[in-house]
Amino acid sequence: MAFDAPEELDDFRTEVRDWLEANCPASMRTPMKDDEIVWGGKREKFKNPDSKVWLERMGDKGWTAPEWPAEYGGGGLNKAQARVLQQELRRIRARPALFSFGLWMFGPALLEFGNDEQKKRFIPDIVKGKTRWCQGYSEPGAGSDLAGLQTKCEDQGDHWLINGQKVWTSYADQADWIFCLVRTDKTVKHEGISFLVFDMETEGVEARPIKLISGSSPFCETFFTDVKVPKDQLVGKLNGGWTIAKRLLQFERSSISAGGFGGTGGSGILPPQEYAKQHVGVDETGRVSDGDLRARITEHLMYAKAFSFTVQRSTEEAKAGQEVGHTASIMKYAAAKMNQDKCELLVEALGTDGLGWDGDGFAEDAKKATRGWLRSKGNSIEGGTSEINLNVVAKRVLGLRDHQ
Amino acid sequence: MSFVLSEDQQMLRDTAMAFARDEMPVTRLRELRDGGANGVDADTRGKLAELGFFGVLVPEEHDGVGLGMVAMGQIMEAQGRTIAATPLLQSAVLSASTLILGGSEAQKAEWLPKIASGEATMAVAVDEGTHHAPLNIATEAERNGQGYTLNGAKRYVTDGHHADAFIVAARTFGEAGQAHGISLFLIPSDANGLTVQALNTVDSHGAAHLHLEDVAVGEDHVIGAVDAGWEILEPALDRGRIALAAEALGSAQAAFDMTLEYLQTRKQFGQLIGSFQSLQHRAAKMFTELELTRSCIAAALSGVDENRNDIAELASLAKAKASDLIHLVSNETVQFHGGIGMTDAHDSGLYMKRARVQEALLGGASYHRDRYAKLNGF
Repeated sequence: MAFDAPEELDDFRTEVRDWLEANCPASMRTPMKDDEIVWGGKREKFKNPDSKVWLERMGDKGWTAPEWPAEYGGGGLNKAQARVLQQELRRIRARPALFSFGLWMFGPALLEFGNDEQKKRFIPDIVKGKTRWCQGYSEPGAGSDLAGLQTKCEDQGDHWLINGQKVWTSYADQADWIFCLVRTDKTVKHEGISFLVFDMETEGVEARPIKLISGSSPFCETFFTDVKVPKDQLVGKLNGGWTIAKRLLQFERSSISAGGFGGTGGSGILPPQEYAKQHVGVDETGRVSDGDLRARITEHLMYAKAFSFTVQRSTEEAKAGQEVGHTASIMKYAAAKMNQDKCELLVEALGTDGLGWDGDGFAEDAKKATRGWLRSKGNSIEGGTSEINLNVVAKRVLGLRDHQ
Repeated sequence: MSFVLSEDQQMLRDTAMAFARDEMPVTRLRELRDGGANGVDADTRGKLAELGFFGVLVPEEHDGVGLGMVAMGQIMEAQGRTIAATPLLQSAVLSASTLILGGSEAQKAEWLPKIASGEATMAVAVDEGTHHAPLNIATEAERNGQGYTLNGAKRYVTDGHHADAFIVAARTFGEAGQAHGISLFLIPSDANGLTVQALNTVDSHGAAHLHLEDVAVGEDHVIGAVDAGWEILEPALDRGRIALAAEALGSAQAAFDMTLEYLQTRKQFGQLIGSFQSLQHRAAKMFTELELTRSCIAAALSGVDENRNDIAELASLAKAKASDLIHLVSNETVQFHGGIGMTDAHDSGLYMKRARVQEALLGGASYHRDRYAKLNGF
């Protein structure tokens, strides 16, 4: 608490500033390049050597996870200090030292549901970026109906035996470990699911990348054949996995609607009206000459503005202690629509320049817009489809009932 | 920009909401309509005046309460909930703003206290065609000795049929379409040569066409500088657009609440119709639009009070979103109610009729999208 006194916070700011000045390499203060993002783990190549130094230094301080407890390798900072750290990192435009599903999803869940031994075993390597984690949730027969998952987990006395298949496992071919939902009781649905973690190098685990319509392969299908998992790698209670799964999905949805959609951000892609001006042209009054396209671009810009005002409003309402469930629940749906509309407009405004695939003859930003448009189709599917989100709004917010 | 109400603003909101519910419910509009009052309701107007609602924007030195646009927006939203007919938009927002922004000391001293007390109502008369086009002013004001002589016509001036005075936009220079050359004139409704033609409108609120034939006024009736009326008119119109957007938000919320209640009570096939997914998803989408629009209106209202320099953009955003919202929600309200929604006895038709007027007044969604695009350089 003493840390919250303004003068001590000032001291902390000075300390952070000095440390960053001495420890953040110059190239880590330049805009992030797509191929220099650090995901950590055993296979990390560190294309830019400075990024290795930066991760090691930040990891040693625990500042990749500023508010996690110091006893597990986290930064141990309180909220005010963490805010100061964020402000100072932003001030020097420092790159994030680590991108990680461990930091965003698994770590927070483990801190909440794991036992002390598990936290000591897994959290420090997440903080330091030594272990890269992937998420084993969806299955071929369990997408929107996630709780219908069938991957079998049998108690063999001294170990668990896993058989089944996962799909849409993000970067499973790059990951060291997986956190995974498995079925431990077939007679019930939600209450028969457990939460396990295991090494991706265990015998019987195979990850095959899935090529997407955008040409990239961020996801895999992952097969488990007689995979043996030690008993102490069950997180939480046996058959208690669904509670952890739901909590983890909240972390995932909030990181998606907080702007986690890939595709068009920070990639040199211009806003759609700029491409419309260049490729469609303007009339003598400066209006984009295709009035229909112009109106649809404007409608999108207004939607985006309304979205950002709603984010601000819900932040302010939260600060004022008002209930924010209303606005938070529509954000995932609205964010997906907004990003998809934008991507469609970019491609339309680029005309045939937006219909290139690779090689010469197409500008880099245009090719990125094309790939981003294809990737954006997943926005309304991943992390809960738009239809599922509308169900949630109808039932939990509007109070409409299920069919009897 | 502030998205959360202060304690005082919240109290005012609660008062306004309770007043709309208790003193001017939808049944009041039906009474007025069926009694042929054409939206003129002296009784309610008196009660609104007692609460000080006409003086919310008027500074204290002119006998108002000077609470600002966020406060005014709460009152407009409340009146929107019950689609009540009041001259608040014309008198307390458009006319008061025009005088506050550009009136001479004498004009302010004469008219603002009357507006604030509800003793007089005023109406701003701009449009001459069927669609909002405030630059297309053809009504002429010719210099005539010590004053001006006006000739022309104004269409669908809301609350024009019972206003005590008008602020008329007329051309002293140039031609229709140009900003320069527009001047604003204060004209009492009993001026010689002014004919006020009352209109029976679809929303039962009433309006009037104005015909000006050699209407003579003195120089002291010009608001602001001659030829430079646009500099006052445009920001005043923006305040009106934001207030009207707040009103439309209130109507949309009320129509949505009514629809949601119906979804939770009406049964078909042995099921509550609200359990059908096709209706659930449409309801959830309407709710999303309501929340997004609410944020735009809150931003615009507080933007005026903070004197931001992007009020034009905020106003067009608020009015376009509100117009689209009330269009969607009013149509869905009729459709969700089915046959009963087609009957005069049910309120959904009243909301839909008022919705179209709210959309058209001061520029619909297409007008404001065009303006927003221009303001954003394309």
